[in-house]
Amino acid sequence: MKILNEFRCSFPADSANEALARAAVSAFLIPADPTAQELADLRTVISEAVTNAIVHGYRETPGEVGIVLRMLPERTIYIRVADKGCGISDIPKAMEPLYTSAPEEDRAGLGFAIMQTFTDTLHVRSAPGKGTVLTMRRRLGNDHAEEA
Amino acid sequence: MQIHYNTETARLTVQLDGEIDHHSSNALRAEVDAAIYAHLPQELVLDFRNVSFMDSSGIGLIMGRYKIMQPLGGQIILRDPAPHISRVLRLAGMERLAAIRNEPVKEAVK
Repeated sequence: MKILNEFRCSFPADSANEALARAAVSAFLIPADPTAQELADLRTVISEAVTNAIVHGYRETPGEVGIVLRMLPERTIYIRVADKGCGISDIPKAMEPLYTSAPEEDRAGLGFAIMQTFTDTLHVRSAPGKGTVLTMRRRLGNDHAEEA
Repeated sequence: MQIHYNTETARLTVQLDGEIDHHSSNALRAEVDAAIYAHLPQELVLDFRNVSFMDSSGIGLIMGRYKIMQPLGGQIILRDPAPHISRVLRLAGMERLAAIRNEPVKEAVK
């Protein structure tokens, strides 16, 4: 599919950079004129994905998180978040609402549920010891209002 | 963030502000918990009117405080969340753990 615009960056897996990732999404989306809700949804989505990489992928140890944002035809936003952390051994289990591998930290276990609700497609590719790649698409103008 | 305790009503009000994410929630949690244990309130009001962003880290924050308030017999009120924050609260089913109220309460303005 033709890529109309693309932004790539990587940053240390430091929780302070969760805000940086949200700011990147905001800046990238503005030319596409998203609604306030679409912008809030996609800021939430990237925040969840980057937090997962930091908390679960790297278990709060040093590492690198890479994000790719693409504008595709038909106002479709592509978001890719990758880490080279511990990976996910059981992806269906990790995606169950309320499941978390870090309950002691008050993690709600809702990251995947939120990402799934606020996007049109979500793919997870992961291998234990190698890392995790999340790819998501959301077409602007698709109404997600009744899903939450 | 500002924390106010009303001894007459046994209500602890926490005025949250800015963005609530994994990065900010650790410090928030420590401050809120210190106030809860200091006052043992009957009601914990988390005021969201000045919160511009919240992801599931905020849900974890509410769930964790719910677990602390339960044995105290106290309840949690989530006050004035913006529409996009209400959306995350509803998705997480927070109305089952806490009352979500959208009317401003005069006490907070005093």
